[in-house]
Amino acid sequence: MKDKLFKLLLFVASASVLLLTAGIVYALIGGASQAFGEYGFWEFITNSEWDPRSATEEYGALSFIVGTLFTAFFALLICLLFSLPVALFNGEYFKGTKISSVVGSIVDLLAGIPSIVYGLWGFYMLRPLTIELGINSQGFGIFTASIVLAIMIIPYASSLSSEFLSMVPNNLKEGAYSLGATRIEVIQHVSLPVAGSGIVAAYILALGRALGETMAVTMLIGNTNNIPKGLADTGNTMASIIANQFGEADGIKLSSLIAIGLLLFIITAIINFVAKLIMKHMSRA
Amino acid sequence: MTGRKQTSISYRNSKNKLVYILVCTLSFLSMLPLFFILWEVVSRGYKNFNLQLFTEVAPSSMDAMLAHANNEPIPGGILNGITGSILIVGVAILLTIPLGLLIGIYLSENSQKRFAKLVSYLTDLLQGMPSIVIGIIAYAWVVKPFGGYSALAGSVALTIMMLPMVVRSTEETLKMLPRSYKEAGLALGSSYINVVFKILIPSGFGGIFTGILLSISRVMGETAPLMLTALGATIVNWNVMQPTSAMPLLIWDFYNDPNLVDLIWSTSLLLLIIIFLLNWLAKIVARKWKI
Amino acid sequence: MENIENTGREPILKLNSVSVSYVAGKNAVNEVSADIYPNTITAIMGPSGCGKSTLLRAINRMHDLYPNVKTMGEIFLKGKNVLQMNPMEVRRLAGMVFQQPNPFPTMSIYDNVLAGYSLNGIRLSKKEKDDIVEQSLISVALWDEVKEVMSKRGSFLSGGQQQRLCIARTLALKPEVLLMDEPTSALDPISTNKIEELLLDLKTKYTILIVTHNMSQAARISDNSMFMYLGDLIEYGDTRQMFTKPKNKKTEEYLTGVFG
Repeated sequence: MKDKLFKLLLFVASASVLLLTAGIVYALIGGASQAFGEYGFWEFITNSEWDPRSATEEYGALSFIVGTLFTAFFALLICLLFSLPVALFNGEYFKGTKISSVVGSIVDLLAGIPSIVYGLWGFYMLRPLTIELGINSQGFGIFTASIVLAIMIIPYASSLSSEFLSMVPNNLKEGAYSLGATRIEVIQHVSLPVAGSGIVAAYILALGRALGETMAVTMLIGNTNNIPKGLADTGNTMASIIANQFGEADGIKLSSLIAIGLLLFIITAIINFVAKLIMKHMSRA
Repeated sequence: MTGRKQTSISYRNSKNKLVYILVCTLSFLSMLPLFFILWEVVSRGYKNFNLQLFTEVAPSSMDAMLAHANNEPIPGGILNGITGSILIVGVAILLTIPLGLLIGIYLSENSQKRFAKLVSYLTDLLQGMPSIVIGIIAYAWVVKPFGGYSALAGSVALTIMMLPMVVRSTEETLKMLPRSYKEAGLALGSSYINVVFKILIPSGFGGIFTGILLSISRVMGETAPLMLTALGATIVNWNVMQPTSAMPLLIWDFYNDPNLVDLIWSTSLLLLIIIFLLNWLAKIVARKWKI
Repeated sequence: MENIENTGREPILKLNSVSVSYVAGKNAVNEVSADIYPNTITAIMGPSGCGKSTLLRAINRMHDLYPNVKTMGEIFLKGKNVLQMNPMEVRRLAGMVFQQPNPFPTMSIYDNVLAGYSLNGIRLSKKEKDDIVEQSLISVALWDEVKEVMSKRGSFLSGGQQQRLCIARTLALKPEVLLMDEPTSALDPISTNKIEELLLDLKTKYTILIVTHNMSQAARISDNSMFMYLGDLIEYGDTRQMFTKPKNKKTEEYLTGVFG
């Protein structure tokens, strides 16, 4: 009897996850409905105008969608340059050694630093540097935000990729060595292809992180409501416009911000779904 | 094999070496930001890292400006942030642990059921959700219906963030336990609920506790969702229905107020110390209670 | 130590006091010397842990992959000391077949046969590629079975077919000797039989060293046999003679199943 009740409790608790998700979707759609009703879904995401002046009030998400994709993909590119070597270092060259666990833990600590501290560091250390380099006069913008974003996602990309690399069976690698290949040739022709889809999934997940990152980006991107055209431009991401303007918003503006939140939710949900799908496929093969 | 187009062995060896050096160099460079950040925070933050930080609430902008004008160190500390973090995270822990454990147990016991697969997938979905979106949710669920910003709204947001981590670590830890533990318990005539709480949970304690610690360390520094929910307060507040400050919220306030900038680094330092301590503790626990 | 009589031919492979250690001061293979003659199959037998695989892997310098493993002594392949050659060159001259069939899962059957070339950065014309693939697959009796499914992944084949594909992959590089590390231990009896027939066939062109824990396999296919015990080469000689009249007591005990 007690056991039956307990099992029921377990089931109810699990069902609450369904309820939670439904509640999330309901809250977002409910909050966004005013904006979508006023402008229409398509119009809302293709309009780059974000004008809060009461006389000409008009809201569209395009600038922020572009800003988000721009920063996230540029960050991913920089992240790739560093996290792939880290993954090879830990999952191939120094697999299972003391030094790899040290490097791994240090890089993992990067994931523990709060977004806002990254923002401070970017503001006080990196921004002066970008001014000095002459990238732009204020030091804010896509470039600065993306660099910090890249550092923030390195641990996510590298730890998962190195895990997939270290799972490449040794007998495959030995097979390639026995044919006369060098280490880099083995990596290029055997390890990377075999771990390939897992590594791709790792980077998709890292991209998902980059898309949703808020504080550091808010502090560094410059917070202007325009479509950024280059790395030196300032802009806003979907997350940063919400963080910046949610507090003082109401009415149609609040609804527009929630609509942006809904879009962000959908994008990250799709990204996570794709990454999980790839990884599931991997584990079956 | 002569006569065929073939890259020379010395070229291939140098390429091999070059990549090796490149991998090592870039890996080394990847670690540098951590040290830069730590250096920045420690070197700028240790000056204001004193007892006052823990005993006094954040100063008003005016007081700080006056102190500046008189060339004195700015008064005040971050007590309201510390107590706020304790309140908000504490309530979040209370909400997360029972729910997370129950869901984790369910998933580990029923992993083949379709319902469990759905729950498992949704847990992943929650885990990947941007924190700012979670802030919006808690705003819609708690702030709006209750008519104001509150610590509880912040706790709800943090709960949504912590829950997936606790569920996953519980599920994975319990799945790693040998089946025989459960079977032995049941064979002795023990009830299912007793087997779970007297055998499975204690055996998997290390893994579960590690997951809880890591989830706390992850939400400790969260700022964005709290901006939309707990808002901040200048006084020490222990009422869950009132607006409340938190350490990351104070950093944000200080960052936006030129008079209070001196305090951002000591607050960041404290926050980093807490987060790294939690991480370190999690590692110790994981090692000590290894299955 | 025993060695087989010089039959007037030059040995293709000459092991001279070869020792291998995983831990400093402790030899897993201890001062092994032996001459191996062309176009023979030599079986290396012994209880597990006796160092037979370790000896085999010393020949194509697989131990170089693991920095703590040290190989000492001299190994002459066609008169050149492999321990002083570039390991990449050595491995191409001494092809290796592993216990577990290990075709590269991301490559097609066709690309698997040519893997040695692509890995070594050798560029071939389409015609050359086709020829090499066809010849190599014919020589392992796999051509007829796979010629229609060349673009499929190697991992689609059965275990025995996979192992023959791996042999074809090594043969494609035209090695001097074939080193086989228990190549049939993961296979069913029918596949094993096919591989054994194949080896007898390949003997006319190649010199084969095969590590095996299966005594009857050694008896069936090998010309000469080595018996190793605790890192030492106890006995080396004509297989038939060793199986009928072993010179060493340890060999006799092993062959009669006293231990092993």
